[in-house]
Amino acid sequence: MNEVLMYALITLGLLGTIAAVILYFVAQKFKVVEDPKIDLVDEVLPKANCGGCGFPGCRSFAEALVKSANEKQSLEGLNCPVGGNEVMKEAASILGLEVEEQDPLIAVIRCNGSKANSPAKVNYDGPSTCAFAHNLYAGEGGCQFGCLGLGDCVASCDFDAIHMNPETGLPVVNDKCVACGACVKACPRSIIELRPKGKKDRRIFVSCINQDKGGIAKKNCGVACIGCSICFKVCTFDAITMSNNLAYIDPIKCKLCRKCVEVCPTNAIHEINFPVRKKKAETEEEVVETKTTMTVTHDTKSDPQKDSQS
Amino acid sequence: MIALKTFKKGGVHPEENKISAHAPIQKLPFPKQAIVPLGQNLGAPSKPLVKRGDEVNTGQLIAKAEGFIAANLHSPFTGKVLKVDDAIDSSGYRRPAIFIEVQEEEKWEEGIDTSEAIIREIKADKQAIIDQIKQCGIVGLGGATFPTHVKLMIPDGKKAEYLIINGVECEPYLTSDHRLMLEKGEEMLIGIKILMKALEVEKAIVGIENNKPDAINHLSELAKQYAGISIQPLKVKYPQGGEKQLIKATVNREVPSGKLPIEVGCIVSNVGTAVAVYEAVQKNKPLIERVVTVTGKAVKKPSNFMVRVGTPVQMLIEAAEGLPDNTGKIINGGPMMGKAITSLEVPIVKGSSGILLMKNEESRRGIPQTCIRCSKCTIACPMGLEPFLLAKMAKLSLYERAETEKIMDCIECGSCQFTCPSNLPLLDYLRLGKNKVGQIIRSRK
Repeated sequence: MNEVLMYALITLGLLGTIAAVILYFVAQKFKVVEDPKIDLVDEVLPKANCGGCGFPGCRSFAEALVKSANEKQSLEGLNCPVGGNEVMKEAASILGLEVEEQDPLIAVIRCNGSKANSPAKVNYDGPSTCAFAHNLYAGEGGCQFGCLGLGDCVASCDFDAIHMNPETGLPVVNDKCVACGACVKACPRSIIELRPKGKKDRRIFVSCINQDKGGIAKKNCGVACIGCSICFKVCTFDAITMSNNLAYIDPIKCKLCRKCVEVCPTNAIHEINFPVRKKKAETEEEVVETKTTMTVTHDTKSDPQKDSQS
Repeated sequence: MIALKTFKKGGVHPEENKISAHAPIQKLPFPKQAIVPLGQNLGAPSKPLVKRGDEVNTGQLIAKAEGFIAANLHSPFTGKVLKVDDAIDSSGYRRPAIFIEVQEEEKWEEGIDTSEAIIREIKADKQAIIDQIKQCGIVGLGGATFPTHVKLMIPDGKKAEYLIINGVECEPYLTSDHRLMLEKGEEMLIGIKILMKALEVEKAIVGIENNKPDAINHLSELAKQYAGISIQPLKVKYPQGGEKQLIKATVNREVPSGKLPIEVGCIVSNVGTAVAVYEAVQKNKPLIERVVTVTGKAVKKPSNFMVRVGTPVQMLIEAAEGLPDNTGKIINGGPMMGKAITSLEVPIVKGSSGILLMKNEESRRGIPQTCIRCSKCTIACPMGLEPFLLAKMAKLSLYERAETEKIMDCIECGSCQFTCPSNLPLLDYLRLGKNKVGQIIRSRK
């Protein structure tokens, strides 16, 4: 009995020793040298693994940061939208560099075609995914650019920052949004845009991406941008551009003066987080004046569209 | 009794409901305004040749084919071009179209024979036939609208042995091909002869399902005078009208995955296409009209109409004595593969084969439950795929894997969804997956 036990012990012991020696040399030969900074940087990253930085996870973003710091001595073009400036500063200090402060971004829904604004002409009873519905048809309200309201963006959000409002049938972004861009990719109609949060969280944007001619756009949705160009004319900062019957406000050039919001005939331009307007006598006059001149231009503008419709 | 031929793999047998089968083809009055979409064929949309204010004759070329897979477009009416602008198509999207104000009095373009007389002698040679078909903008009228002249150009090194004519009409409700076979049988057979000459084949087989005995008898009688054409009765099974299924059923050959029927020496064409080919080659008449079935259980007068392209759907429904009150869905095509339309202003195009009005209660979808792994969809799939798996992959965006599982082989027949006891939207997800995988494949090129 004892003999058997002894043989077993000797054999196993020998096998173990040989394996240990082999493993030692193999480990020496195939040693992976990793910059210890990667671990340090990885430590400060938010570990959300959302892909908002453009890399497939926080670890690879940390690797990219260290690589960029070693090769180019700068972190240009790399940004963690989730962590924001604080995390980027911390990461940069580990790498002995400095980063420029970047404006935080937020996802903005550029469609206001709610159930009330764009009443349903048909009913959809297919599967609840925008990707399929987009291939199938234009939408319940008839607008081929508008939100389908089936919530692919909600499903794509890892941060609980976007929800459907059952009353309007449109998604709503809350302040948990970290601008990772997942919803932008998920939306088959490219309705969602990442825009700077703006000073005091104030933002102005055109809440419509309809490129149809004014008459058609208005027929499908009461709050569509009809491409009348009034906002373009009233803007003193060249922030508004017109293309394909659609206005676009450049968030960097925009000085948040709100003139365009006042003149928009369809209320397609939205202002967010602004205090309620105080109506002073002087400004009121001004507003009225601009409005009357604008309605005139609007009328002449919309006439040919009416012609083409009839 | 000898068992009738059919395809082997999968298939279902939905209720046939061919309620308009005895309604003769009627001519429809002209609309006041016609909308002729530019993208009526598979492939590139045509390029308009007319502008606002132009006077057009019936049969005049109004849009030219651009690209290889493309077809010419001719004016279906005499009148004035109102504008070339976007118009909604059956899905509700706006796509370019030519708007024509229709004039009561019809003036045909010169050189078109509008008489009813049948011309039996085929004078044109192979190349002249293909050129004439191309000129007249003939596309496959089975639904896919693939330009016929492209189909007739057989790639080098391949040889066609059989011309298979699809008179199956396996979609429930639809009867347009059935009526055409009964009323234009002679024209159709001459059309087949023309196609045979263009393809240089000796044998043509017309596959007809056994639920149309009158058409089988009528054509068998006529075909005696035409050498090489045989009529093949087939067992009723959906989707026998699918190209690959029909080849399997008639000549017992299997088209390999991802390949065209010419790989096994076959060319498949629809009966409607054969009639259109006859009119193009013998009468120089372009493709401007087609037979459309208007049907449904609640429709007062289920009918078959000879409709000019560009006629709004509204007019067809009025001619069938109006929209029933409890209509839930208006479907462009048959109940299996058709898609619901979003507006009655949508025009009839070259590919419309029927307008089906479904009652509210029958149009409703069942509530989807979880998959119970009963494998009914796999048994029903005529392409030998696993629909439940592919649908799941499309749902989870696993497109690479879906591609290796041959999602692109799916013919979108809907047998899987039809047979699913859990009411799962399998076909919808398969369509989504096919679309995405198609994009991935195209981006590789």
